[in-house]
Amino acid sequence: MAKKQRWDHRLIFDLVRPGSTVLDLGCGNGELLARLQTEKGVLGQGVEADPVQVAAAITAGVPVYQSDMDLGLAEFKTGSFDYVILEKTLQTLHQPLLVLAEMLRIGRLSIVSFPNFRFQQVVDNLAATGRMPMTKALPYRWYDTPNIHLCTLYDFLDWIREQKVGLVAGYAWRGGKLNPLSLPGDGARAEELLFVLQ
Amino acid sequence: MSDPLNAIPGKNRIAFDGPASPRSAGWTRPQRVVLADRDNPLPLESGVMFEPVTVEFETYGSLNAAKDNAVFILHALSGDAHVAGWDTDWEKDGRPWRKDRPGWWDAMVGPGKAFDTTRYFVVCANILGSCYGTTGPAEVNPRTGRRYGLDFPVVTVEDWVRLHLRLQDFLGIEKLLAVAGGSLGGQQALAWAINYPERLRGAIILAASARLSAQGLAFNTVGRQAIMSDPCFKRGCYYDDTPPLGGLELARMLGHITYLSYQSMEGKFGRRFQNGSSPSFQLNTEFAVESYLEHQSRAFGKRFDANSYLYISRAMDYYDAAAPAGGDLVEACRAIHARVMLISFSSDWLYPPDDTKQIARALIGAGKPVTYVNLPSAYGHDAFLLETEQTTPLIASFLKRM
Repeated sequence: MAKKQRWDHRLIFDLVRPGSTVLDLGCGNGELLARLQTEKGVLGQGVEADPVQVAAAITAGVPVYQSDMDLGLAEFKTGSFDYVILEKTLQTLHQPLLVLAEMLRIGRLSIVSFPNFRFQQVVDNLAATGRMPMTKALPYRWYDTPNIHLCTLYDFLDWIREQKVGLVAGYAWRGGKLNPLSLPGDGARAEELLFVLQ
Repeated sequence: MSDPLNAIPGKNRIAFDGPASPRSAGWTRPQRVVLADRDNPLPLESGVMFEPVTVEFETYGSLNAAKDNAVFILHALSGDAHVAGWDTDWEKDGRPWRKDRPGWWDAMVGPGKAFDTTRYFVVCANILGSCYGTTGPAEVNPRTGRRYGLDFPVVTVEDWVRLHLRLQDFLGIEKLLAVAGGSLGGQQALAWAINYPERLRGAIILAASARLSAQGLAFNTVGRQAIMSDPCFKRGCYYDDTPPLGGLELARMLGHITYLSYQSMEGKFGRRFQNGSSPSFQLNTEFAVESYLEHQSRAFGKRFDANSYLYISRAMDYYDAAAPAGGDLVEACRAIHARVMLISFSSDWLYPPDDTKQIARALIGAGKPVTYVNLPSAYGHDAFLLETEQTTPLIASFLKRM
């Protein structure tokens, strides 16, 4: 998984309405859900595949369900959560489109964040070194990366258009700052992206 | 469950806290109370109105003024109310096996442990049909003046919980902080959460499923057949004579295998010979694993009643959390108000992780929050007794946030 920077964490925290229900897919050690529970009165549920992370989330006081979401999320009922969150996990999934479709089914709103592979530094790094790019958001070598389905802003926008997904809001992490998504510039300038979908 | 003190590969015994240790529940004493009598018989699932019923139980720690710190621990097939500490009355009660060892979940119950007896009032009670102080087939039937034997009514997991609810009432506890148990004890915890949702706030379920698999049913029937085909069994009327120890020991050997795993047996015994390092070309005990099973089952035969084994294993067969909801586990789970934590163990093949996960899936389907973790372990089903380092922080933090 891409190294988690705090910006999308903070943004998701701000976006989620107090007292709502939140399903966090790939919740890791449960840090985000624990904060949402204690500070915003959210009813949270985490999903996490790694038993070590699951144990950490339990210790953080978060209800967490150990499961591999690549195998589907059929047990979750349609429209059963206000928000479904996939924070910098999309690019690690074997079945990213299946999981995205499940999110849209389960949640009233879906929040997805991921690194932008067309970010200029990534492209420059690849061109200059002739090797798989390594940046702050993509800090891995080719052989140890969990990122198996990286995409660009425009790849993602294609999917949104093709699937007629409702785009509620888009945000870009650009130059160390949070910005509303701006096209076409963010295609190369955004390091990471966050979308709110329905 | 098998004997936790003898199930660790490469080790014959695990260290335990002596009665004077600050981490031990210390000296304990069983208590007994009549919870069903002629005026207030216990209705059983089979339709029988049963009485009289005495329940043996133990308590640890103290109930606070608000009476909201009680945790009820549920034991498995061969367990008893003596969950932790050292039994003061072992000699008086004729239980010599308790002399040199603490209760069956001593690593989990005591000061500073997962079920911290300085914070919680811990209760554990022996189940109906067992042979450790609660009414069972070895007791005298007051109607006939003879021991029940097979005249004892068939009991179920739901019956146990219905009886233990009376103990909850007797102790003046409106709402338990949590119920907790492994294996058949985990199924009691699930039944409690489904049948009496207003009487508990949390349920901790380890190494258990909503129903035993066909494979599990098959093992149980072979165990019962071993007992019932022992010539000493005499339709359960063996109390004035030699008990069917051969059959009971065989049943235990078979059960014991299902509590271990391929990995733990390889690690603990491999193909080691019991004596020497080569075959002695005879049919008596040759391999370490044979010797171990024989030793363990003989010890079990000395402390367990064959009829109790039949009744309790049958209750294990019958339990099906989904049955009252027409087979729909999601529907059955809708009643639950308690927060539920489910823990399975990767090498458990008696209650495999996927079966435990079915309960988690059903709770999600019913729109309930759920905690489910499948812990890596080589110890098989017995992991719920042995993986205490892994389970302690999870259970402790779950209870703290109840």
